[in-house]
Amino acid sequence: MLVGVLAALLACAQRFLDGYSIQILNLVAINILLALSLNLIYGFTGMFSLGHAGFMAIGAYVCAILILSPDQKAMLFLLEPAYPFIENAHAPFVVAVLAGGLAAAAMAVVVGFPLLRLGDDYLGIATLGFAEIVRVLANNLPRITNGALGFKGIPAYANLWWNYGWCLLALVLIVRILRSNTGRCFKAIRDDEVAARAMGVNVFRLKLLSFALGAFFAGVGGGLLASLLTTIDPKMFLFVLTFNVLMIVVMGGLGSVTGSVIAGAAVTIILEWLRFVENPITLGSVTLPGIPGMRMVVFSLLLIAVILFRREGLMGTREISWEGIAAWLRQRRKA
Amino acid sequence: MTIEIFLQHLLNGLTLGSLYALIAIGYTMVYGILRLINFAHSEIFMLGAYCVFWGVTLLHLPWPLALVAAVAAVALVGVLVDRVAYRPLRDAPRISALISAIGVSFFLQNVAIVLFKAIPREVYRPEWLENPMIMGGVRVLPLTLFVPVLSLLLMLGLMYIVYHTKPGLGMRAISKDIETSALMGVPVNSIIALTFGLGSALAAASGIMWALRYPQLQPIMGVIPGFKAFIAAVFGGIGSIPGAVIGGLVLGFLEILIVAFFPDLAGYRDAFAFVLLIVVLLVKPTGLLGARPEEKV
Repeated sequence: MLVGVLAALLACAQRFLDGYSIQILNLVAINILLALSLNLIYGFTGMFSLGHAGFMAIGAYVCAILILSPDQKAMLFLLEPAYPFIENAHAPFVVAVLAGGLAAAAMAVVVGFPLLRLGDDYLGIATLGFAEIVRVLANNLPRITNGALGFKGIPAYANLWWNYGWCLLALVLIVRILRSNTGRCFKAIRDDEVAARAMGVNVFRLKLLSFALGAFFAGVGGGLLASLLTTIDPKMFLFVLTFNVLMIVVMGGLGSVTGSVIAGAAVTIILEWLRFVENPITLGSVTLPGIPGMRMVVFSLLLIAVILFRREGLMGTREISWEGIAAWLRQRRKA
Repeated sequence: MTIEIFLQHLLNGLTLGSLYALIAIGYTMVYGILRLINFAHSEIFMLGAYCVFWGVTLLHLPWPLALVAAVAAVALVGVLVDRVAYRPLRDAPRISALISAIGVSFFLQNVAIVLFKAIPREVYRPEWLENPMIMGGVRVLPLTLFVPVLSLLLMLGLMYIVYHTKPGLGMRAISKDIETSALMGVPVNSIIALTFGLGSALAAASGIMWALRYPQLQPIMGVIPGFKAFIAAVFGGIGSIPGAVIGGLVLGFLEILIVAFFPDLAGYRDAFAFVLLIVVLLVKPTGLLGARPEEKV
């Protein structure tokens, strides 16, 4: 039923909204997807990972290389020609996104083996380092990534259908996992790793699983983003990108799927809406000149205010579910 | 490579290393006390550089006076940041303070973009720092000596405060156990404010010297040095001031020497520190001089 409603809404949006609004709706879907993936790693399994930008970069580059046609790539690589296997690689969009996600997940397993033994802050710093290394590599491997120039003219396949499709898939999959035994083990690890181990939970394997799953969806998000924006370069994947996702997760509530969905939509829309402070504002006869950069000033103040006054985020660890709404309605009727 | 050039590289390494060390001290003190990665620290560094620029061009202060005024002003900003953004979150989950730190970092960076525009600016350098001297066949700018010497003095001053004064005793007590210290009558909040002030002053001094060395001001100039200095702090063992100094110096030397000996790797220079960090964390997770935290059961 949910799928039907969503599909109807998307069809309406596609038909009646202008390009700008559709772009924002697309970003909403991708940000929700990214927030869900980080929430799985951090909010539900308790691993403080700051490596999201790295996984997104891997997904974005793999996806872009696969959907750009060999002719386009021949034109793009100006500094040095691409390796033949890079130039000739080609795949349909869905395969490309999937490949991006899988590449990110594979990388997560590789770096997860040594890194996941580290505790909270150290893990955060190490994964941040991992993301930085990915970015520096992207900058310095011109025959694969075209160096600092990046890719332009990536085919814009990522429309509302694809983005919301992937977002919904992630949502359903993550919710199902969280309700399964595996999900309960994730939460046990988050709440007390030593106790979880004492209860016979294979902590390391599950941590790796959660990390790889989160990285998979981060890679998918990166791939979708590459196709949505049609241009990528290493500068896009600075750690600010990770912070943006982390911010959405914390604002929504660590350990709340509903929180991530709501905050993902809210933060994306507010960030766009705040662009008005950078445009000239006319108040009666007085025109205030637009100030570039003001948007992020206002936004960072909002962020600090939210965290100061609502430290557990919008939802805390609570969820909104159909059963919950039904119970609440029953209660209201009785009262 | 001649011995002169090698010495030149060593000096450059020392300069860069002492700048990293100065920033790293601020990170390590705050982390040692609050277990908080103060992401706003790199913006404090950037503000220091801009404040001198302001003092000289707008207020027409003589350069040394502008330097002192800038360091003082930025130390105050550091205290203010703690008061507004971190103190209300002392008993909150640690992620809240971290997000707050990220918010402050965004805020300061974007205020700088609004005030100074995103374009890089030239830096005024006093002439007496620029006339080269010949020392034992090596051409040395006074600047290359000025930076390590001033850094060393600042570090010694800090060590004196931390290890030989009463507020320093308070800092060390708080970093061991914040609740017990409060019960024993240590004025926790003012000691933490002092920590932020001192750390910020050192970061500001480092930012100013950085701007003399690499004469360009940009709102995002603090980000990369900030991260590297944090790595230096982790490398040396976070929470330990001598560790931060050693970590900073090692990182500075390594970076200069690798770029000097393997020019092909110059493009990767910003990644060395992170590679080193990951290796160190894997081999010795608490850093060189770090204390082992008790296993929680």
